[in-house]
Amino acid sequence: MSKIRKAFENGKAFIPFITCGDPDLETTAAAVREAVRNGADLIELGIPFSDPTAEGPVIQAANIRALKGGVKTDKVFALVRELRQDVTVPMVFMTYANVVYSYGAEKFISACAEIGIDGLILPDIPFEEKEEFLSLCHRCDVDLISLIAPTSANRIGMIAKEAEGFIYLVSSLGVTGVRSEINTDLTSIVKIIRENTNVPCAIGFGISTPEQAKKMASLSDGAIVGSAIIKILEQYGKDAPLHIGKYVKDMKNAVRESE
Amino acid sequence: MSKGRFGVHGGQYIPETLMNAVIELEEAYNCYKNDVDFNNELTTLFNDYAGRPSRLYFAEKMTNALGGAKIYLKREDLNHTGAHKINNVLGQALLAKRMGKTRLIAETGAGQHGVATATAAALMGMECVVFMGEEDTKRQALNVYKMKLLGAEVIPVKTGTATLKDAVSEAMREWTTRITDTHYCLGSVMGPHPFPTIVRDFQSVISKEIKEQMLEKEGRLPDAVLACVGGGSNAIGSFYHFIDDKNVRLIGCEAAGRGIDTFETAATISTGRLGIFHGMKSYFCQDADGQIAPVYSISAGLDYPGVGPEHAYLHDIGRAEYVAVTDDEAVNAFEYLSKTEGIIPAIESSHALAHAMKIAPAMDRNQIIAVTVSGRGDKDCAAIARYRGEDIYE
Repeated sequence: MSKIRKAFENGKAFIPFITCGDPDLETTAAAVREAVRNGADLIELGIPFSDPTAEGPVIQAANIRALKGGVKTDKVFALVRELRQDVTVPMVFMTYANVVYSYGAEKFISACAEIGIDGLILPDIPFEEKEEFLSLCHRCDVDLISLIAPTSANRIGMIAKEAEGFIYLVSSLGVTGVRSEINTDLTSIVKIIRENTNVPCAIGFGISTPEQAKKMASLSDGAIVGSAIIKILEQYGKDAPLHIGKYVKDMKNAVRESE
Repeated sequence: MSKGRFGVHGGQYIPETLMNAVIELEEAYNCYKNDVDFNNELTTLFNDYAGRPSRLYFAEKMTNALGGAKIYLKREDLNHTGAHKINNVLGQALLAKRMGKTRLIAETGAGQHGVATATAAALMGMECVVFMGEEDTKRQALNVYKMKLLGAEVIPVKTGTATLKDAVSEAMREWTTRITDTHYCLGSVMGPHPFPTIVRDFQSVISKEIKEQMLEKEGRLPDAVLACVGGGSNAIGSFYHFIDDKNVRLIGCEAAGRGIDTFETAATISTGRLGIFHGMKSYFCQDADGQIAPVYSISAGLDYPGVGPEHAYLHDIGRAEYVAVTDDEAVNAFEYLSKTEGIIPAIESSHALAHAMKIAPAMDRNQIIAVTVSGRGDKDCAAIARYRGEDIYE
């Protein structure tokens, strides 16, 4: 069974996203530990990419800060290895196809398995292109996470049927970033997902407040938050982990209330 | 293997949000590409609006001065809006209109594709937004003004290197935000399937005409066809109908910038390696960790870290050759053609002309080369003046 299931066993999940190396890897490690201590159920670790086409300005800037700080794929692997000494919640990587491809997909995915990464989110690998990475993921017991978008329409069932780990349901059109309102008819999308799979489904993109997290979790199995956490890192830099811990606590409580 | 492959290259490496949009585009294109009404309308626009067929001009003075192969210039610079870009844009705008879209978005490097898109949008009564790297808005200020004059909104892109690749990224981001009424009018043979095929088909009119015109003038095919390559749209357009004519050498000229042994280069096939970016698998300039390299060329239109998947494939199978031409060589060719033939070529096209100047003298006088002058050089005059240390006002 997928190791990611564990994240959804204690009710609705709260999933924070952190860009590795923003502003440095020590801060990333401290932020992950604070998030876990305060109730994060699954950690999404971003490996920075120079040209992240699915990201809004906040996460784009985090990618640039991290790369300027000298983050390399191997240093991210070392960070995860170090985190795995005490962090037991599931962890997944979020990065772009070229980071994996350039490293060597086989080498990258077997490294994921070896250091304790449970899944891989590649926003520029849609259903049609997944085979190239999927067979390697299967061999290494790493879940390749499927994304479903507001525009997926007739594709929802097809994607859901083959989904593993969890489904990342994109809340809105556009790129990542804080939104004041989310207007997509997510209830209908989740309904089709449920008809096709029992793999859990978490909603991300645009979520920043406890109210939004509560609402999104009530519609699905959990809420994913990226840009709002990156903003805390942007504001507080090396001092961000304690603030992130407090934020995660509030968000996890809100998600719990949705149960 | 997914759709839209050229060997291992191509594919559809895009966010799920865009998948139905590219599927819809592919279906519409398959429906209209052989539709008589659609093609008649496009041909009328090509001929009466854009000024096709473009001339195939025998550059006699240049030929005599170089003392080798006969040089013919395919005059895409004489098209309406001053470059080959209009061929693709008229096709895509017509297609978008048939699909019920009311808004065109585009990326642009030198500004030629942006101007062409703004032109088509004005003609067809569509809204138009063009993304242009902030660096390029400075290098090509005149084109920014033209786009605005034509009614388009120009959004300067400040992220990354603030050049063409960032404009493409930003246009893709914008497309994920607004799909229903918007068509992304991609300007080169790159991006996710079906763009490399659609753009190639609309640009293939260039080689179709070269072939007909050359047979009429010389009674035979050229020995070589040369074109500059950034993403590679004028090059694939110039090559396409010659691909099966194995005796015709196809030569793509990439921008070496300050040299392929420096970091300031945009010569993807010479210096890049296989990767996945901007919706396609192809060759990209990148570092050991797969981070896309900040490329450089004097030419804003060739200043791109990737190359279209069909070029990558033609390179793999050895059907086309790709060479690198430096800023210096291109600027010399820019000045040379101006003085020798009275034709001011775009700095992009000057890369192909520079290579023609290199190979023509070593060829026989009875051999023929065709060079595509993809655009005119008015837009480059201020930048070239600056390159030569002269500060002029546009």
